[in-house]
Amino acid sequence: MSKLDLKVNLCGVKLENPITTASGTFSARESGAYYDINELGAVITKGVASVPWDGNPTPRIAETYGGMINAVGLQNPGIDYFIKEEIPYLKNFNTKIIVNVAGRTIEEYCSVAEKLNDTDIDMMEINISCPNVKEGGIGFGTSTDMAAKVTKGVRAVSKKPIIIKLTPNVTDITEIAKAVESEGADCVSLINTLLGMKIDVNRKRPVVCNKMGGFSGPAIKPVAVRMVYQVRKAVNIPIIGLGGIMTGEDVVEFIMAGADAVSVGTAALINPTAPVDILKELKIYMEKHGFKTIREIREAFCE
Amino acid sequence: MSCFEAKKKVVKAKIVENTEIAKDIYKIVLRAKEVTNGAKAGQFVNVYLNNKSLLLPRPISICELEGDNITLVYGVVGQGTKELSSYTEGEEIKLSSANGNGFNLEDMDCVLSDNKDKVVLLVAGGIGVPPMLELAKTIRKKEDDEYKRNRIRLIAVIGFREEPFLQRELQNYCDKVYIATDNGSVGFHGNVVKLIEKEDIQIDYCYSCGPKVMLKALTNYCIEEKIQNKQKVIPLQVSMEERMGCGYGACVGCICKIKEKDIENNCEKIVLKKVCKDGPVFFGNEVVFDE
Repeated sequence: MSKLDLKVNLCGVKLENPITTASGTFSARESGAYYDINELGAVITKGVASVPWDGNPTPRIAETYGGMINAVGLQNPGIDYFIKEEIPYLKNFNTKIIVNVAGRTIEEYCSVAEKLNDTDIDMMEINISCPNVKEGGIGFGTSTDMAAKVTKGVRAVSKKPIIIKLTPNVTDITEIAKAVESEGADCVSLINTLLGMKIDVNRKRPVVCNKMGGFSGPAIKPVAVRMVYQVRKAVNIPIIGLGGIMTGEDVVEFIMAGADAVSVGTAALINPTAPVDILKELKIYMEKHGFKTIREIREAFCE
Repeated sequence: MSCFEAKKKVVKAKIVENTEIAKDIYKIVLRAKEVTNGAKAGQFVNVYLNNKSLLLPRPISICELEGDNITLVYGVVGQGTKELSSYTEGEEIKLSSANGNGFNLEDMDCVLSDNKDKVVLLVAGGIGVPPMLELAKTIRKKEDDEYKRNRIRLIAVIGFREEPFLQRELQNYCDKVYIATDNGSVGFHGNVVKLIEKEDIQIDYCYSCGPKVMLKALTNYCIEEKIQNKQKVIPLQVSMEERMGCGYGACVGCICKIKEKDIENNCEKIVLKKVCKDGPVFFGNEVVFDE
């Protein structure tokens, strides 16, 4: 077997492989009970805000055909607890750490970013695309002007590379991508969940307490691939592609569309070992097609 | 960090039996040595369906453990459980390691420490009944092994909409099984708490599993009312149910409010705990039941 080189470079941060965990679907202690976290290219944490958030009432989850809806609402213990308890635990592993940052205002995003400056993390991902919170989140991600302002604000205070996580719930995602690139985003990740809804026709009411929620899973993959493809043509910064990745071949699809790395999310909720299983499948695909590097996969794509 | 720790797993299990035991209630027996090893009463397993459009696992509580076999009793309530009920003997499905904390038996020890006979009550409603079977078995075994000095009088009070199930199995381990039905078709006409009151059962320790309304009423009976009437509180454990996503603690879909002592500020605070990971069993006096 020839030696594969799966390394990828995200704005100067070198990942051993392109597999990362999508924010909100990974928890080091729980996921680590099923597989070896050292095998991941990077972990992307659950969103963390300047103060603890309670999230939404239950039920928070609904299953749909080939997908699911969640309305967790960014429940998190706040950045101080996170720095004290979570980061030291994550440092036990030999993988890159990307912290997802949530906020209700630009100041809140900035205060979290500033606190993370002095920690030993590799990058931060700014969540301007959560559909499950009333303030902040998607409100920033659906307006080019607001997306640019958040990026500018965080870029000014952050000493770490910043990834801006984009929402698909917009008319033209390339406009938002260009706006955040021009304000100094080092990388973009896309797509966050689509806004969805499920109604229980027997109980005659919405399934999740919040009525609407973030729709994810294999059902949304074609939308995600299309958006990664469009954004690749619009910006020059690296892209983390995500949305419905279930297999190694799905990863290849995102790389061909223009992603530099990928995140596995819903798949890990369905199968706890999905991130490492998908990595194995990616290697098998590369062997089969004679690819030695991730770059070769990208370059093999013909339009 | 060491990668040699024993990892949790999702394994393939062969179906030994899958039969309807009451209307829309099925009993499935699976052969899964890796799952039964170390599993205990009050824990649950995630059952993964073979139909790929039904993504999420179905968390189902353990009804019985017997050698390499695990028995689950589930209700057909939606597409997923309907699909599960269609599987037949010999087919394979995927199953997770046992998840959750399970019932706490050590806590019961303290009320049993004197030499008097004690009443341990198992209260369950509907699809909350199955975990009581393995619990009853475990308590009986513990009694044989450890409590030679005093005897446990094990009583089950189980409630159903119409048709009871597992009552005979519970009778094998319990001194007495009381049945309540919503429509009065079998046993007491009404809910389990009313039945406990009517029979005036003197309880030393209580375990429960069932719908939230039942758990709330029972907590009220065992704890709140006793405090109001300046009587001795009955120690109670409740197994909570909540709509889950991943079923192993990653997604934070299933949470419940738990009272916790804030030692620093010397007061009580409310924290959010994961039903799948921190539960599903909590102490009745720590759960905050929303209106």
